[in-house]
Amino acid sequence: MVPIQYFIGLSAILFTIGILGVLIRRNAIIIFMSVELMLNSANLAFITFARMYQSLDGQVFVFFVMAVAAAEVAVGLALIVAIFRNKQSIDVDQINSLHG
Amino acid sequence: MIPDMILFILLAIVAVASALGMLLSRSAIYSALNLILNFCTVAVLYLLLGAPFIALAQITVYAGAIMVLFLFVIMLLGVEQLRKGSALPWQQTLAIISGLLLLALTAYVIFIRPMTLPQVSPTQLGFGTPGAIGEILFNKYLLPFEVTSVLLLVAMIGAIVLTGKREPKTKT
Repeated sequence: MVPIQYFIGLSAILFTIGILGVLIRRNAIIIFMSVELMLNSANLAFITFARMYQSLDGQVFVFFVMAVAAAEVAVGLALIVAIFRNKQSIDVDQINSLHG
Repeated sequence: MIPDMILFILLAIVAVASALGMLLSRSAIYSALNLILNFCTVAVLYLLLGAPFIALAQITVYAGAIMVLFLFVIMLLGVEQLRKGSALPWQQTLAIISGLLLLALTAYVIFIRPMTLPQVSPTQLGFGTPGAIGEILFNKYLLPFEVTSVLLLVAMIGAIVLTGKREPKTKT
């Protein structure tokens, strides 16, 4: 049996890569994909702890996280498409109309 | 024990490599494909952890629906080539330093600081099967289940409203 800390460590590494994606990239779609990667790493942590404590509640929570992530992706991509229609670009550096 | 370890190390390498590939790709399509590979790898990790239902739900929902949505949007918007600039010149280095600091802190908490974790014992038969998850889902978590359906309906309406054509306003 693999030590359970390794799974949590892997989840932490994926989460960090997701954070770097949100902070470094300028394309709105790539930022969105990095957020999905972060959600996925949290799911991995949930499943790991469900296994560790032999409780299925963690897996049910992952089920709900997946449903919420799907809904969020639908609305978020609709937003990106709407922004692209206005500005013809999805570079987040150019979405600064509310800039003071 | 040893085959499990080898399997885990291989899957972990593929997962981290595909995540880095998603992060560093020049083209948005390559990033999306790397993320699909990452999701499928994490699904196999779920199988290792005794969650067969969630593993297949992951492949169906994440790799099969969400990433297809992403690919459709990338294809429709035609934003394949990305330029990697930044408005703030020091943002990139600060982001990398902060990310590495977070990773170091997490590694310390997980591996070095002594923690009392329960002994991981073998699970009983039927752990993580659809039947077992369904029993909990429809008994203990019935309210979140029903609310999720309302949430999905709201998301659908929102997506349609956001991308629908605007009617030109006529003077009354």
